[in-house]
Amino acid sequence: MDKLERLQPNLEGYLLDSAYDEMFAAPDQLRGHYQVLMDQFSALPRAEVERRKQAADLSFLNQGITFTVYGRDEGTEKIFPYDLLPRMITSAEWAIVEKGLTQRITALNLFLKDIYTEGRILADGIVPREIVYSCKQFRRHMIGLQVPRNVYIAVVGTDLIRLENGEFVVLEDNLRVPSGVSYMLTNRRVMKRIFPQMFRRYNVRPIEQYTQLLLGTLRSLAPEGRPEPNIVLLTPGVFNSAYYEHAYLARHMGIELVEGRDLVTHDNVVYMRTTSGLRRVDVIYRRVDDDFIDPMSFRGDSMLGVAGLFNAYRAGNVTLANAFGTGVADDKALYAYVPDIIRYYLSEEPVLKNVETYLCARDSERSHVLANLDSMVVKAVGESGGYGMLIGPQSTAEQREEFRRKIEADPRNYIAQPTIQFSRAPCLFGDGFEPRHVDLRPYVLYGDKVSIVPGGLTRVALRKGSLVVNSSQGGGSKDTWVLSQ
Amino acid sequence: MLSRVADSLYWMSRYLERAEHTTRLLDVNLNLMLDEPPTSAERRWQRVLQALGSPRGMEWKGDAMALANCLTFDADTRSSVLACIISARENARHVREQISTEMWQRLNSLYLQVTRPELQAVAAGASQASEAPTEFLGQVMEGVHQFQGVTDSTMSHGEGWQFIQVGRFMERASATATLLEAYQPELWTAPDALPDSNEYLEWMGLLRSATAFEAYCKVYTADLAPDWILEFLLLDADFPHSLRFSIEAIHRSLEAVQDVSGGTRSDKLGRIAGRLRATLRYSSVEEIMSRDVVAYLHDVHSQCGEIHKAIYELYVDYSIQAALAG
Repeated sequence: MDKLERLQPNLEGYLLDSAYDEMFAAPDQLRGHYQVLMDQFSALPRAEVERRKQAADLSFLNQGITFTVYGRDEGTEKIFPYDLLPRMITSAEWAIVEKGLTQRITALNLFLKDIYTEGRILADGIVPREIVYSCKQFRRHMIGLQVPRNVYIAVVGTDLIRLENGEFVVLEDNLRVPSGVSYMLTNRRVMKRIFPQMFRRYNVRPIEQYTQLLLGTLRSLAPEGRPEPNIVLLTPGVFNSAYYEHAYLARHMGIELVEGRDLVTHDNVVYMRTTSGLRRVDVIYRRVDDDFIDPMSFRGDSMLGVAGLFNAYRAGNVTLANAFGTGVADDKALYAYVPDIIRYYLSEEPVLKNVETYLCARDSERSHVLANLDSMVVKAVGESGGYGMLIGPQSTAEQREEFRRKIEADPRNYIAQPTIQFSRAPCLFGDGFEPRHVDLRPYVLYGDKVSIVPGGLTRVALRKGSLVVNSSQGGGSKDTWVLSQ
Repeated sequence: MLSRVADSLYWMSRYLERAEHTTRLLDVNLNLMLDEPPTSAERRWQRVLQALGSPRGMEWKGDAMALANCLTFDADTRSSVLACIISARENARHVREQISTEMWQRLNSLYLQVTRPELQAVAAGASQASEAPTEFLGQVMEGVHQFQGVTDSTMSHGEGWQFIQVGRFMERASATATLLEAYQPELWTAPDALPDSNEYLEWMGLLRSATAFEAYCKVYTADLAPDWILEFLLLDADFPHSLRFSIEAIHRSLEAVQDVSGGTRSDKLGRIAGRLRATLRYSSVEEIMSRDVVAYLHDVHSQCGEIHKAIYELYVDYSIQAALAG
């Protein structure tokens, strides 16, 4: 303890327990790669840290880096909270993550192709048919459809957490319209401006190439015979919580940001309305959910979509990234089968493990879950963003009763996982460091090849003791540094 | 350029021009009111309303300050200064990635300035700070001018900028025409009578409402005469608030847009914009006054409306069938 007290900044009350700590291996033992960070901070006067923090705040504010909170007045803009201390990942740790993510996206793509064409994996009984066909995200419309390069999921944001032993495991695959990458890029820009010396001391691998990689990925998925494809980003519009990100990505890729009302279809070809007339669209990076994208094929009340888009897609005249119906593979019940899916298609052992998962649809597992509700995390399979969750240890008796009823009414809709103490990283509060739970969302791109920029978005549960990192639920973010050797 | 983007830029610009015009009109009339007997208040404010195109839901109820407050702060009145700035900023937000960061920051901070909570009290009439509108109006004018400066110096003068120009001058042209029409009964019904001091003040007010007083004096000296005023506001080639200047600017920007996007489709738009430009270029004030001034103003106004419609038909709301055929 002596050694800790001598260190600046203030580490009093820095909680170390069974959860993996990103900075300390033991109470008096700093992990090697955090030493420089600690020294640099110790050398900085407190006023200087404060000044830099304010500079960063201002920089976010001026750029209008905001997200919208639902359920309040429409258009309430909030600044995305962030923390000044970078989260670091060593090159050896990253090599494993990279390998595991590549393996996973490859297998999941093969799985999607299989279930929408031959259905071998279902016939072989590896994945039960009812899991796939009862999933709300399964799209009959996609059956038998040929997609360019057989790529269904071009952009993935996989949520990883670290177990108590430090091992990275997959908590969730986000295969529909994962967001947050603009925060990853902006965090980095702000950190470079605030801590230039620290960057020089560490050998941090760059991530700025992300937008160019994304553009290359989208271009490689263009329909045949369109050598210079017109690529657009389809946004639901300014009231969407991620609008800032959509505008950011479009601007940094140099492509048009379009809304549903900018697009029209004719003879199964998609056009955008420009001042010089209609211009054909070849690839759509869509940030609109399946349900809303084409009022003719899906939800008729959608104002965000483009009538006839799905038929144009079927006809092969336009590419959508991601494809329709990818949500079936990130269904939380299907998640339990991903290790088997990897073994089935690739004949390899999964590099990144899953979190232990109980399917409430199975009788024995359901009774186990119901008997242990106070120690488990229960999730609705179709929800995301931290909504529709029960965190057992932090719940009230009524909440558990409510979930018990829900589970019994619709077991297919629920899964449960043991409550995991995922890792903590130090965050700056006042002049002290305090540990908070973090996860990691790397972004994986799949076009003519798989590319992953080193790092990703580290999300932080800024509320003390909280395990929920979603921005809609009081989460923030930090810059993520993958170190070179 | 996306049609929706052109639409947003055009309206962003129009709303700001409208905010500026309303602001100036209020400022001038609040100021002139100090020199006049209260009995003339009704006529004055009726005319202000008329010069603003008789906004819906607005009427003279005997209290000048209440009306001015309403025209300034009432977010529910579409034509109030506040509502115009909110609409301009909303349009800018839809095309955030198309305008420069400096433009966005300037407009956003104007928006934050005019929506700050203290002003709500003034709007509700709870605060009796009668100075409030005057000071507020000054800030708005300054903010809009800065925005225009930043726009011209930080945004590429490409198609988007040209749509901003068209929006600004379209709004200005209609505003000037409506303004002249509102003053018509006092000015051109008895053109030969010499002005008394009250009339002189009114005419000065008219010129000030178009920021034209100083510029007018440079051309005609401080002798105010109805035909000169009309000539200046309608036909002057160099003054940026004259109708002719506005129409020339619209015509020039539309030609620039046509070079990029119009192709061969723009015959009609080019024709009607060119016709209006020629009308103003080759008219003389004697001719106009010898016929019917009001009819002339009406005609200019409706031609502006036609140009607006033609712009939308050509670049924004065109029918898909026609576009596919062409």
